[in-house]
Amino acid sequence: MFNWFSQVISVIGFSIRSIPQRKGSSIAALLGIAGVVAVMVGVLSIAQGIARTMESSAGGDNAVVLRSGSDTEMMSGLGGDEARIIGEAPGIARDDSGTLASPELFVIINLPMRTTGTDANVPLRGVLSQAPKIRNDFKIVDGRMFEWGLNEVIVGSGATEQFTGLEIGSSIEVGQEQWPVVGIFEAGGGVAESEIWVDASVLQSAYRRGNSYQSVYAKLTAPAAFDEFRDNLTSDPRLNVKAMRETDYYAAQSEMVYNLITGLGTLIAVIMGLGAIFGALNTMYTAVSARTREIATLRALGFHSGPVIISVLSESLLLACMGGLIGAALAWLAFDGFRTATLNWSSFSAITFSFDVNFSLLLQGIVFALVIGLVGGLFPAVRAARQPVAHALREL
Amino acid sequence: MKYLYLIFSSLKRKKLRTGLTILSIVVAFLLFGYLSAIRQAFAAGVEVAGADRLIVRHKVSIIQLLPQSYESRIEQVEGVDNAAHSTWFGGIYQEPRNFFAQMPVVPEELFDMYPEYVLSDEQKKAWLATRSGAIAGRGLAERFGWKLGDRIPINATIWSKKDGGRTWEFDLVGIYDGAEKGTDTSQFFFRYDFFDETRAFGEGLVGWYTVRVSDPDAAAEVAAAIDAEFANSPSETKSEPEGAFIQGFANQIGNIGFIIMSIMSAVFFTILLVAGNTMAYTVRERTGELAVLKAIGFTDRGVLSLVLGESLALTLVGGAIGLGLSWLLVSMGDPTQGSLPVFYIPTRDIFLGLLLIAATAFVAGIIPALQAQKLQIADALRR
Amino acid sequence: MTDNSDNILVRAQGVDKVFKRGSEEIHVLGGLDLEIPRGEFLALMGPSGSGKSTLLNLVGGLDRPSEGVVEVGGKRIDKLSERKLAAWRARHVGLVFQFYNLMPVLSALKNVELPLLLTRLSKAERKKRANVALDIVGLAHRAGHYPRQLSGGEQQRTGIARAIVTDPTLLLCDEPTGDLDRKSGDEILDLLQALNQEQGKTIIMVTHDIHAAERATRTLYLNKGRLSTEPVD
Repeated sequence: MFNWFSQVISVIGFSIRSIPQRKGSSIAALLGIAGVVAVMVGVLSIAQGIARTMESSAGGDNAVVLRSGSDTEMMSGLGGDEARIIGEAPGIARDDSGTLASPELFVIINLPMRTTGTDANVPLRGVLSQAPKIRNDFKIVDGRMFEWGLNEVIVGSGATEQFTGLEIGSSIEVGQEQWPVVGIFEAGGGVAESEIWVDASVLQSAYRRGNSYQSVYAKLTAPAAFDEFRDNLTSDPRLNVKAMRETDYYAAQSEMVYNLITGLGTLIAVIMGLGAIFGALNTMYTAVSARTREIATLRALGFHSGPVIISVLSESLLLACMGGLIGAALAWLAFDGFRTATLNWSSFSAITFSFDVNFSLLLQGIVFALVIGLVGGLFPAVRAARQPVAHALREL
Repeated sequence: MKYLYLIFSSLKRKKLRTGLTILSIVVAFLLFGYLSAIRQAFAAGVEVAGADRLIVRHKVSIIQLLPQSYESRIEQVEGVDNAAHSTWFGGIYQEPRNFFAQMPVVPEELFDMYPEYVLSDEQKKAWLATRSGAIAGRGLAERFGWKLGDRIPINATIWSKKDGGRTWEFDLVGIYDGAEKGTDTSQFFFRYDFFDETRAFGEGLVGWYTVRVSDPDAAAEVAAAIDAEFANSPSETKSEPEGAFIQGFANQIGNIGFIIMSIMSAVFFTILLVAGNTMAYTVRERTGELAVLKAIGFTDRGVLSLVLGESLALTLVGGAIGLGLSWLLVSMGDPTQGSLPVFYIPTRDIFLGLLLIAATAFVAGIIPALQAQKLQIADALRR
Repeated sequence: MTDNSDNILVRAQGVDKVFKRGSEEIHVLGGLDLEIPRGEFLALMGPSGSGKSTLLNLVGGLDRPSEGVVEVGGKRIDKLSERKLAAWRARHVGLVFQFYNLMPVLSALKNVELPLLLTRLSKAERKKRANVALDIVGLAHRAGHYPRQLSGGEQQRTGIARAIVTDPTLLLCDEPTGDLDRKSGDEILDLLQALNQEQGKTIIMVTHDIHAAERATRTLYLNKGRLSTEPVD
């Protein structure tokens, strides 16, 4: 056993020391694999970024209430009385100022994107005083909160970055009026950071909505309180609403686009991976044929075919691993945190998010590289081991 | 031509290596074709947009409605030929992931405004005779296997009915085709009069107007005139060319073109490395042979062309197979099972692919080819 | 172009070739003069590194002298451009190598046809001439075989067929029997002799083998850039 191991070690040593002689080909294979991993990680990080934005929006003990039959706030509508009844439902947490429930309005306005100058549907949300407490880590990072009752707005950090005319001091045009931007807020990386907020009563009058809302967000006493909360609302004869856990609500919004991007990204990565496997096979076959004589000599001296196979495999795995690391690093440097906006089909409005190159994605990329290396090395390794010794020795 | 045999014979030298290289080139061009189709799915709308059409919508956002009474006022604006309205219905067929666009329209105006939607006279007549009638694009009908006469229930998410119900039922009386390859046949149209009398609220309000101008060159002025007409009214408008409107919408989804370009660059970078590496080996191994060719009278440039020719042969075979495969894959349907309005490889991209084949061949082959050109016969033969 | 009514095919005057090794300059031929009449079968002998192959390359237009004049058939070739030189080689010189240097991926016939690709001949004509050349070297029956399927002697005969297919006046052979056994080598020498005597080809053959040199009409010895008719030791 020990003998076998020392054979493996020494043969691997031979093959690794011979890499510099084949550096052109080795670098080509290595960079090829790096390219595949970079593309794969890059594309999948888009899906990860969208999913993370949605996840950070949702509190485990939060609930969203919409009119029954509507899947999104845009389609929903709740009367002022309904909103009040919902806000007093059992299961909602309380603080000094009352229950943690926030009836809200949701409309979109057109603002030009910074990147293209073309209009995007930017969400404009009318909120009441409890709204910030229901978002994760809401805080004003620049300027101040708007004055209740005034035509002032605050803007999410994502929105101010992606769309023009949302800096403090500028103002947005709503109907005949100009609403000044007085503050910038963050909300733990969630969807709210893509939005513009204004006092709900201001929005109600501007949009002639009377005393109506579109949704109620509520913080429950505990995640387990949700069932009671929901049953209570749905059985109330005065209401025609549906209640969802916030986590489910946001997961549903990102599901389609997440699956689409992940599916496409995987498809592209697999096809590219095939290309890289062909490249790796080429490199390793060339490596094996360049070392035909050396390998045959080793075999003639009494080395087993096992160590030969392992040495070829470990060379290709080493190249693949380095390629994978380079590709993953490239993707991380180039994409991680890159912020952009896309259209959330469910709310028909813009959502800003950052590409998310996380650890599991990097790991996936490196594992994928190793698979490429394994397949790319296996066949050449077997060929090397199968060469008839006498014949190979004669070859130049 | 007489050198072709020489070139192809050289490729047979290391069949395995040639095969693997060709396969990696196949992969590159397969991706190229497929990604082109995806890009086209987002870009086609802009390309087929009528140069003589404007979209007029509410200034604040597309979800705000405009009075139907605007139609006659728009038509009175100088330079306007015709105006037709549409409204976003936003209903769900069976389940949310079966997304497609549904819009109430005035049938005669639809066909006047969009001559690229082709419907037989017979089916047009049937639509005019059926209040609850609807027509679907060919692509949409095929996606769900609809036939003429089918009753199609759609659950409204916005527009509840006067009777309080939310399920609208439409009779499929026509299936329209696209006059051009890029025409969107994933839409569903039904009659505005039926819509207006059935909806519970919003009577007399429509989503946006499509306006045809008599002189496309004056489109910008007409757009400005329309917006001026409604300035300072409760519903101000924003008018822009149809192409710009669609482009703006596509931009909201993201810079698809840029993302796809980036992926393709990475793909071709990878493939160039593989193919370039193969060509380098081919030349290195054959230093002696190339020197002999020179010795018997091949010029330096002749040898250069020969190596480039090999590179081209390699890429051409791989590229042609790759483009062919992508065409096959694309014709099997889009990856979202029908949500994309169109899915095909535009002719332009096929030509671009051919250009790329030549470019790839050149870049992969040029360095080895220059080495071959510079080869000194006397030195090379001594080796 | 000088008018040469005399019978000299190859004339080299004051030819030298300088190689650089580091900062040191090595003069291989040191101003060598040589005249080869038409129809001669010249054997060129000498120790390794004496410059035999260099001289052969200069005469064959594979290389250019650092100094001196090389004339073949009354035409100066030492100043020709690379392009003209290549065209000149294709028309006037046939080369035979020690290791045959056949294209492994081409059949014997296609190998022989190779130089004809540089002419304007039709495909049919090229094939016909290649077959004739193979016939001359006695390999017509092996036309479809690939080099790896041929013996060394057969490969060399294919090489000779390739050298004569364009009907050049001058045949340059660099150790044509150096890689062959005695019997095959003799067959090759028979062939060269026949080409010299029956078709009037002028042949310059570099060789180490005294047996081979005996077949030539004249033998010259090259040593340290000096030509002589007697071996120097």
